[in-house]
Amino acid sequence: MKKSSMLDLLVLVIRRDLVLAMRRRADVLTTLVFFVMVVSLFPLGVGPELSMLRKMAPGVLWVAALLASMLSLGRLFSADYLDGTLEQMMLAPQSLSMLVLGKMAAHWMVSGLPLVLMAPVLGLQFDMSVQALGVLIVGLLLGTPILSMIGAIGAALTLGLRGGGVLLSLLVLPLCIPVLIFGTGAVEAISSGLSVVSHLSLLGALLVLSFVFTPWVTAQALRISME
Amino acid sequence: MAINWFKYSAPTTFYGLAGKMIPWFAFSAAILFAVGLYIGFFIAPMDAQQGEFYRIIFIHVPASMMSMFLYMVMAGYAALGLIFNTRLSAMMASAIAPTGALFTVVSLWTGALWGKPMWGTWWMWDARMTSELILLFLYLGFIALHASIDEPRRADRAAALLAIVGSVNVPIIYFSVKWWNTLHQGATIKFSGTSMHIAMQQAMFTMLAACWLYAIAVALARVRSIILERERNTVWIAELPEVKQ
Repeated sequence: MKKSSMLDLLVLVIRRDLVLAMRRRADVLTTLVFFVMVVSLFPLGVGPELSMLRKMAPGVLWVAALLASMLSLGRLFSADYLDGTLEQMMLAPQSLSMLVLGKMAAHWMVSGLPLVLMAPVLGLQFDMSVQALGVLIVGLLLGTPILSMIGAIGAALTLGLRGGGVLLSLLVLPLCIPVLIFGTGAVEAISSGLSVVSHLSLLGALLVLSFVFTPWVTAQALRISME
Repeated sequence: MAINWFKYSAPTTFYGLAGKMIPWFAFSAAILFAVGLYIGFFIAPMDAQQGEFYRIIFIHVPASMMSMFLYMVMAGYAALGLIFNTRLSAMMASAIAPTGALFTVVSLWTGALWGKPMWGTWWMWDARMTSELILLFLYLGFIALHASIDEPRRADRAAALLAIVGSVNVPIIYFSVKWWNTLHQGATIKFSGTSMHIAMQQAMFTMLAACWLYAIAVALARVRSIILERERNTVWIAELPEVKQ
């Protein structure tokens, strides 16, 4: 095997999943529309007072992003599971963790990245300052990949179960709470004139930790589910 | 003489052993509960700052400690089951989960009852309470995942993996009062001596031991039911006197 075969594999899986996602564009758009809708419901629910909306904005955007990423997690492995591709992937001589990492990356590009790109527009609806918006984007960029990676563990564990969607949220949401806390904490810090470095560093640390451990754990979970 | 430690790792032999041990643990738990509550409510003096309200500590602290400790024990059994592929370890893990969840609820509940007179609020979103609430969610996730997979082997292994992943939360709860400067008071019991009156200490440790024994008794009783349920088609179950009649 060539030296770069691991990276080739990663690129291959990402490209395959992206092509598949592009063939079913409606799925991608549903997640994004859900995100926009949930965020837009809040001003209607709590009233259009700008000072309150400004305060709520980071929390609302983060929670909506969390819920939106839960929506798409069910599809992470299920299509491959149903048509037998996943079984072939597990039989492949290449590392399953690497394949899983590729699928996580593709999932983030399809469901996480659009949310990050959409967030500034929604933030403006909530009258967020430019500074706060910048921190929010950086936080989301660091945080949404973690959501995809932790979510993949849950998706692998609940593969093929009835009522998997609700169960998946029950398993994954508690594990995602630290991301939510540090993500919103960073925006609140900049709004009250404090340094954001500590919150963003912790988010970065969580990202590195998940990057190292979750592909392997997810691979183990897939093996358990596929026996 | 070499003792065969693995003898009791088989459900067949452990079932009988657990049956013999339960009364001992249950009985001593009942006595210690009575003694601990008596010392706590009648002998321990009133607290200088918190008056009579502080007495809820004798339930709150043991319950909180048990909620974290039981999660670690559960995750430990789950890991054992995953690594060595032993059936009994996985059964123990699922037997401990409901008791752990119960202690977490008791801890949150008594915390709320204590918080109202002391802080003027039932609930604060500070680090320790939030992480204890997450612990409850983790227990519920474990139970829900286990319950929704029909095949016991897959259920055991999937839930075990979840328990291990979730165990990163326990140190966060334990150190949360140190890492974040929160409303919740710091640890009362430290390795380097405590700031408590001696009777208060006695009550607290008696209650802790009682909770511990209670948890063991209940987990053993539950694991016996799980063994019966899982092995119901085997010969040795059919030959048990309590099944035969």
